[in-house]
Amino acid sequence: MFDLTGMTALVTGASGGIGSEIAKALAAQGARLAVSGSNAGKLEAFRAELGGDHVALACNLSDGAAVDALVPSAVEALGKVDILVNNAGVTRDNLAMRMKDEEWDTVIRVNLEAAFRLMRAAARPMMKARFGRIVSITSVVGTTGNPGQANYAASKAGLVGMSKAMAQELASRGITVNCVAPGFIRSAMTDVLPEAQKTALLTKIPAGDLGDGADIGAAVVYLASREAGYVTGQTLHVNGGMAMI
Amino acid sequence: MSETADRVKKIVVEHLGVEAEKVTEDASFIDDLGADSLDIVELVMAFEEEFGVEIPDDAAEKITTVKDAITYIDENQG
Repeated sequence: MFDLTGMTALVTGASGGIGSEIAKALAAQGARLAVSGSNAGKLEAFRAELGGDHVALACNLSDGAAVDALVPSAVEALGKVDILVNNAGVTRDNLAMRMKDEEWDTVIRVNLEAAFRLMRAAARPMMKARFGRIVSITSVVGTTGNPGQANYAASKAGLVGMSKAMAQELASRGITVNCVAPGFIRSAMTDVLPEAQKTALLTKIPAGDLGDGADIGAAVVYLASREAGYVTGQTLHVNGGMAMI
Repeated sequence: MSETADRVKKIVVEHLGVEAEKVTEDASFIDDLGADSLDIVELVMAFEEEFGVEIPDDAAEKITTVKDAITYIDENQG
């Protein structure tokens, strides 16, 4: 089950906390990867850590032309792209009343527009191949909202709606389009939270613990697998029961 | 038969998986060749690639038969 041998995947934001776990999970199931990230040095180090014959493709997702070139580069390097994982995301938190235009624009451009450009580019070869798996990493806050994150919540909710639209457009061609919505995942960001805040957070999570990047990796592997071919337009929430939607 | 017509028909046969003899110039992509809207998008993109022409959406909407495609390409190829 969930064997990805012979399949290829493009993963954005692959050198980050969750992204690296997604990449490791896909590689462990046998997929060959093109890992992408904005920091070429960090990305190359991660590619080396992965081992195997994976490739690193640095890309600045706020640059539309660079984004449009990423899928063709991945096809050139891997021969095809069966799986696209839109994982890269940025935050520019601020209360809406104080939010600057650039803070809004940056988050929408990287989290939503870049994902659209990659999906549009990947859909074409996937249509020809009559097979494809697109998985976008959204967030629990795209559904629940979160003060200080109007831009981020909008971008993540946008990914869900966009995925549902494209799922309907592409279903007849064997292409599925889904989302994975992490809750609170252990990361550099949550490590630095004060103990009191952590305790308060945990009272809202029935599972009583933060999630791990590997929990997200496993969800992505499932949606990327051949076995999940009848699942499309869905959002798989991975949040320890924090929000049940 | 023109060279354009040959190449157009070849693309249609490949993309729609229909028999070559069904692809007459009067054949409608949707009514006669069983294409759906996604097939039309694929065909238009394939024509653009093959002939190096750009087929904007308003022109693509008017291309309903094999002959429409051949005529558009012949008239707009640079």
